[in-house]
Amino acid sequence: MDLKRVVVTGIGALTPLGKTLDEYWEGLTNGVSGADFIKQFDCSKFKTRFACEVKEFDATTYLDKKEARKIDRFTQFALVVSDQAVKDAGISKDNVDVDRVGVIFASGIGGLITFQEEVVNFANGDGTPRFNPFFIPKMILDIAAGQISMRHGFRGPNFAVVSACASSTNAIIDAYDNIRLGKADIILTGGSEAVVSAAGVGGFNAMKALSERNDDPATASRPFDKDRDGFVMGEGAGMLVLESLEHALKRGAKIYCEIAGGGATADAHHITAPHPEGLGAKNVMTAALKDAGLQASDIDYINVHGTSTPLGDIAETKAIMSVFGEHAYNLNISSTKSMTGHCLGAAGALEAIACVMSVVHDIVPPTINHFTDDPELDPKLNFTFNKAQKRTVRAALSNTFGFGGHNASVIVKKYS
Amino acid sequence: MSDIAARVKKIIVDKLGVEESEVNPEASFTNDLGADSLDTVELIMEFEKEFNISIPDEQAETITTVGQAVTYLEEHAK
Repeated sequence: MDLKRVVVTGIGALTPLGKTLDEYWEGLTNGVSGADFIKQFDCSKFKTRFACEVKEFDATTYLDKKEARKIDRFTQFALVVSDQAVKDAGISKDNVDVDRVGVIFASGIGGLITFQEEVVNFANGDGTPRFNPFFIPKMILDIAAGQISMRHGFRGPNFAVVSACASSTNAIIDAYDNIRLGKADIILTGGSEAVVSAAGVGGFNAMKALSERNDDPATASRPFDKDRDGFVMGEGAGMLVLESLEHALKRGAKIYCEIAGGGATADAHHITAPHPEGLGAKNVMTAALKDAGLQASDIDYINVHGTSTPLGDIAETKAIMSVFGEHAYNLNISSTKSMTGHCLGAAGALEAIACVMSVVHDIVPPTINHFTDDPELDPKLNFTFNKAQKRTVRAALSNTFGFGGHNASVIVKKYS
Repeated sequence: MSDIAARVKKIIVDKLGVEESEVNPEASFTNDLGADSLDTVELIMEFEKEFNISIPDEQAETITTVGQAVTYLEEHAK
């Protein structure tokens, strides 16, 4: 059967840099750091006391008070970006068949804040179980996809995708596959994460995964800098409306760009450490290129996973050299996590959005906070340090890798 | 209005997101105030917490209106 072409027709973004797509893109292209001291809980005894939070988020600005109370922060984020994306895409019940509009939406962890609150309440009690009846339906990771469907009345394929920090890239690929196979006309996809809590920060701290640069949070996320010391936790949500080209043309939708292809692989190596030679990363970029029917030389920009950890940044760079060869020196490479922090299960969606905007506007957002070259990295590579660069971006590739050794890459290209 | 009735009303307004004027003694949680089955479970839990009592399930099932809740709590609150 013929596979359908798939385009991006709507975007929603709620990020540490701003609470709309425009604010997000403005922050990215201006090299703004979203990091600051944590406001959501008392972290005075924690090794890391900063994160990239969504600033001054009040769910009742967007949602009915009663509704907001019954859903976790990660689902509140999800509903906000779904409203933005549906509006941006111009979808209404008059121009779509709601039975053919799906939601494939990710999170890395789900309702950790709710889980923590409920268990703490129980632990502080006398042993009598007084769990809130909304505990489970607030916490479960798939509830965001379910809540989005209820809010908008979309009855097509509906589920969550989980692969830790690769989750929302896998969601985008699943959405892409469902549409190109003709199983849906439109799918709202992406991911949401909100785990800036004692359990979230404490858990990642225990793994020594987080930067501990408490004296200067804004420069803590410094991918590819010699003095990088771990990732900075971010939170937020991103949504892309994927649509078959024929459906988009039929209803006269605005088209941002085309989804070219995607790939998914495993390292089969270690629960948290990357394969030292970036084997899984190499394979996933190769798989995505093959799926897209593109040559390495067709890619102009790679939005890397680049979390600012000592091992991960090196392994990913080795993988890029291996896949792209000499063309690696022509690429713009950047880690927008230098600005947003690592938004975990929302990272893939937010970074795919950065790729979409880069392809649309021919601007590559920077890797900020570069101070000292890492002698282990090839100085001829262009990491787009500190300032955005203008260039033609025909196609952009986004990498995401998750604990468990999951790798996922998606490629977007100009629509013509 | 008794102190207990006022506290009950406050919980209902807070949890169900309804206006105070809607919370009259005859109002049914599900039919009039928009509660679903999980909301009613949560309401009972909030009453238990507020009044420091335990409401057995079989009793909880008979509390379906604002008035029934106030009556029950006036009889059982410590």
